[in-house]
Amino acid sequence: MSVLKFATWIEEAPNWLLKMPEGVQKFLFQLYQTFIHADRWKLFLNGLKITIIVTIGALILGIIIGLILAIIRTAYESITVGKKPIILRLLNTFTLIYITIIRGTPMMVQLLIMGFVIMVPKSDTATLMCGIITLGINSGAYVSEVVRSGLISIPKSQSEAGRSLGFNFYQTMWYVVLPQAIKNILPALGNEMITLLKDTSLVSVIALRDVTKQAQNVQNLTYNALVPYISLAVIYLVMVMGLQKILSMLEKRLRKSDR
Amino acid sequence: MTADNIVISVKGLKKAFGENQVLKGIDIDIKKGEVVVVIGASGSGKSTFLRCLNCLEDPTGGSIYFNGVDIADISVDINIHRQKMGMVFQQFNLFPHMTILKNMTIAPIKLLKLSKTEAEDRALSLLDRVGLKDRAESYPRQLSGGQQQRVAIVRALCMNPTVMLFDEPTSALDPEMVGEVLEVMKNLAKEGMTMVIVTHEMGFAKEVADRVIFIDDGIIAEQNSPKEFFENPQHPRLKEFLAKVL
Repeated sequence: MSVLKFATWIEEAPNWLLKMPEGVQKFLFQLYQTFIHADRWKLFLNGLKITIIVTIGALILGIIIGLILAIIRTAYESITVGKKPIILRLLNTFTLIYITIIRGTPMMVQLLIMGFVIMVPKSDTATLMCGIITLGINSGAYVSEVVRSGLISIPKSQSEAGRSLGFNFYQTMWYVVLPQAIKNILPALGNEMITLLKDTSLVSVIALRDVTKQAQNVQNLTYNALVPYISLAVIYLVMVMGLQKILSMLEKRLRKSDR
Repeated sequence: MTADNIVISVKGLKKAFGENQVLKGIDIDIKKGEVVVVIGASGSGKSTFLRCLNCLEDPTGGSIYFNGVDIADISVDINIHRQKMGMVFQQFNLFPHMTILKNMTIAPIKLLKLSKTEAEDRALSLLDRVGLKDRAESYPRQLSGGQQQRVAIVRALCMNPTVMLFDEPTSALDPEMVGEVLEVMKNLAKEGMTMVIVTHEMGFAKEVADRVIFIDDGIIAEQNSPKEFFENPQHPRLKEFLAKVL
């Protein structure tokens, strides 16, 4: 496809545009070129879909992994008398190794290893799964530390009250400690979610066509970097602001019992 | 191994925190319907003793027979037995993220498998007995200390326990609220509940206890009926202690 020229575009332009200063004409041309010509907005939209799917998938996976890891570590540390069960010791060791490796290597490197060494996806769906799993595994390591800090922040007397009613360790976690912990860690968890959302921009290295990749494609097609990349920044900004809004609504609901 | 009317039988109970031997061998039988008040100086091990009774602190030696089962044995599923031992804490320990009603019904619903309506009926009639029925939908933070402690007592009662353990239930309360909590405990004693109470309320001990025990340096130094205990103490440490607090 040949590149649309400014001279060709301005010939077909309506009258009101011709009266504009040249700078405005050039800018509108770039906008046209980036989004409207050859239906390029569809590229952005498709990329946005990938970005949102990867973000939501990885968020869910990351929270599940994070909760499990945090509870394993808290359970391990809660046993102070007698020998700790062998399964718990193994799980705790695994958790520590997991967190060390994931936090100790760059996300980009993890994507390259998952994409080209471990999973080596062949289809589009498989590539999408690969992206979700890699980011989820990464996020889980960070979420687990956030959750653990929340579990530690709840006074021991709360779990004692739960245990004294006859709840076992996990029921006490689930009904008593975790709901209070989540309330305390929501700001930190929000941070982690925002980081994850923005980190999805790395998935293009395993050939996922997310919104960042699509902006690059448009830049290649138009030889114009300014509008695609500024637009890309605005797209991320709007998504993060939406996420912030959701989180603050959630926080308000959870704080109901404080009033 | 025990007579029918003995609910808790403690044999040679020991508890150490690292090198620190807090309980050095406690033996006591608690009968059904008996109200046992435990007193002692701070650091004597009286709270540790109470917390060992439902294994919130795992004993490091001896046995605790509850309904004929040694619950100090770590292979026993302690959670089942804790359902039958209500516990009331110094700091109330209500769940701040739940309403009063939810605080009371969560354990009966999840553990005793009561339906929501059954559990709520039970909770509301208990709340009514302590004069807090109208606060069912409040959150703990909105209640005074005395009200919170009364809720904590009925929360434990909601599980239909056979024994109630009280760990200094009035020590964190403003003086004017102590009475309302002791009143609830007195009524409970009258109804025949088996109770073990760690407290500094000597007046309450005299009036309500069937037996008062004095723990000193990790052992039961003296135990007697309240009349004998307060009027005719034998152990020198008890005489010293009573002289200070009375």
